[in-house]
Amino acid sequence: MQLIFAGLSGIIFGLGLILSGMTNPAKVKGFLDITGLWDPSLAFVMGGAILVGVFAFALAKKRGQTILGESISLPDDKQIDRKLVIGALIFGVGWGLAGYCPGPAIASLLSAGLQPVIFTLGMLAGIGLYKIFQSKQT
Amino acid sequence: MIIDWAHFTPLASLAGGALIGLAAAILVLFNGKIAGVSGILGGLIAKQQAAWRWVFIIGLVISPFIYGLVQPLPSTENQTSLLVLLIAGVLVGIGTTASSGCTSGHGVCGLSRGSLRSLVATLSFMFAGFVAVFIVRHLIG
Repeated sequence: MQLIFAGLSGIIFGLGLILSGMTNPAKVKGFLDITGLWDPSLAFVMGGAILVGVFAFALAKKRGQTILGESISLPDDKQIDRKLVIGALIFGVGWGLAGYCPGPAIASLLSAGLQPVIFTLGMLAGIGLYKIFQSKQT
Repeated sequence: MIIDWAHFTPLASLAGGALIGLAAAILVLFNGKIAGVSGILGGLIAKQQAAWRWVFIIGLVISPFIYGLVQPLPSTENQTSLLVLLIAGVLVGIGTTASSGCTSGHGVCGLSRGSLRSLVATLSFMFAGFVAVFIVRHLIG
């Protein structure tokens, strides 16, 4: 059952990314270009997602377990540290350079030519590199 | 700042956003998991609870073909060179792993949960994105 809902979630997530314009790197860059010709559309994507998300997460918290009766694992990390901010800044630079963030890149893997494939390979390498760095530190 | 009215799509973007919210709702209410794409990928690399992660990713990958059954896929435009895309990908991988989330994990799920940590992350990556595009488009380009 969990696998069915995970697949359904992935499909609906992807449909939302396509419909909203997030899978078009030129549109993402248009949103990030606030000092130029600015396309505010992507603010509406986040607005729409949060509008639905707020109810879902409030309900999840109130129920304390999933509809299938399993436990819910929400992040409990509340720490706001350098790692969070510097990591997010590095992510933002990559996002601005490519016009891709992780979701839209994966949703474009088989449907938008070589570019999202190269970006995704870089992203997987970056995730792996950081995990190696992390395990050597601890 | 000049608004780009020619490319402005508030209704489609709002509706698409609501679908993304619905996807996050399904994942948290049925599976108890956060729909953060970088986190899901990171878990795959670390080989943690791989099955549901694979299925979610496969759903994401096939979504354009399902979209295409209903209506033509919107045109996309990408003028970034492959080298820059590769470097950008590495930065996104490192950055999202260090900060434990991306536009979906922090931006959608985190803000929906009212997480202050996610708000700080979201403001940080938006700011860096604005600066990166400003430099590439208006200082170098």
